[in-house]
Amino acid sequence: MDHVDGNALAGPLSELFAVDITAATGRCVNCGLTGPVAELRVYDRAPGLVARCPGCGHVLLRYVRTPDSAWIDLTGTVSLRVRLPDGDEEGRG
Amino acid sequence: MARLAETRRETGTARTLVFDVPGWPGHLAGQHVDVRLTAPDGYAAQRSYSLSAPDRVELTVQRIPDGEVSPYLTDVLGVGDPVEIRGPVGGWFVWRPGAGPDVLLIAGGSGIAPLMAMVRARRLAGSGTRFRLVYSTRTPGDVFYADELRRPEPGLDVTHVYTRAAPDGWPRPPGRLTVDDLGDGPPDRDCFVCGPTGFVESAADMLLARGHDPRRIKTERFG
Ligand SMILES: Cc1cc2nc3c(=O)[nH]c(=O)nc-3n(C[C@H](O)[C@H](O)[C@H](O)COP(=O)(O)OP(=O)(O)OC[C@H]3O[C@@H](n4cnc5c(N)ncnc54)[C@H](O)[C@@H]3O)c2cc1C
Ligand SMILES: [Zn+2]
Repeated sequence: MDHVDGNALAGPLSELFAVDITAATGRCVNCGLTGPVAELRVYDRAPGLVARCPGCGHVLLRYVRTPDSAWIDLTGTVSLRVRLPDGDEEGRG
Repeated sequence: MARLAETRRETGTARTLVFDVPGWPGHLAGQHVDVRLTAPDGYAAQRSYSLSAPDRVELTVQRIPDGEVSPYLTDVLGVGDPVEIRGPVGGWFVWRPGAGPDVLLIAGGSGIAPLMAMVRARRLAGSGTRFRLVYSTRTPGDVFYADELRRPEPGLDVTHVYTRAAPDGWPRPPGRLTVDDLGDGPPDRDCFVCGPTGFVESAADMLLARGHDPRRIKTERFG
């Protein structure tokens, strides 16, 4: 099976973040590419989720969920820029 | 917890599932849910499914013959059965009705599901935004929502692309999507591309080659 993309992170990461992270803009440590988290290449059939840069393949995010905790590794990400909901329906989902 | 309320056969291998979900907050066209199945021994499998209608919790699932989750959803789950659903989720691959710019939708196979939510949301909102849908399937028998897509709708232009077998007399020989299938509309449109990963990547490359702005091309890969 091929990879999916960062859209598939929306559900798992909704457990951790109050806002939708897939629409956030991330920046790759390795090549500096910036773009929406939704465009990362995601490998989701492993025990965890691994999200790689579409430009250079570097790992930007790793996520593992166990029955009683969630572990997220963002060392491959320089920054995440999140547009905050303006109080209306933008916050849905 | 969601409960299956109603089902419709879309094709020989795909089924639309309509759920009742108490307390559902509503959603935007293009969002999805995560469905989680748990076996009696505690083993759990989770998959994403797009919401295919703007106003109800409807999913259209294509059976993957050797799949873990989809055959259960298409062939086994019965009306009244409970399913664990998380959502709505996803805030990037969404279309909001309004007086926005023209939209080009490109679907491969079950990738039609979130794009159909957009077509239906446009209709429900009485939006005047012009939509063009290019929908690639193997054969005419694989088309989801076939009757609904056949009905003429002002401002919506639907083009079918068949990759294996076309109806008798169809002008285009069966074959993979090409740049000519995208029509000759102007490149200043919002584009949504959804389907299997390889399909999405080649369609997005065609859009870039035709001069579309990469920031206005949104993609969703089903795997
Ligand atoms: C954001 C998102 C939205 C999605 N929305 C929908 C939707 O609306 N409708 C829908 O039917 N599916 C959708 N999918 C795909 C869905 O999540 C599952 O991947 C699919 O149903 C297969 O799951 P499975 O457990 O049956 O197969 P698995 O057990 O995961 O896979 C079994 C075999 O099938 C192959 N395979 C896996 N997925 C696919 C695929 N999508 N196409 C072709 N071969 C595949 C694999 O190579 C493998 O050999 C979506 C995926 C994502 C990430
Ligand atoms: Zn990179």
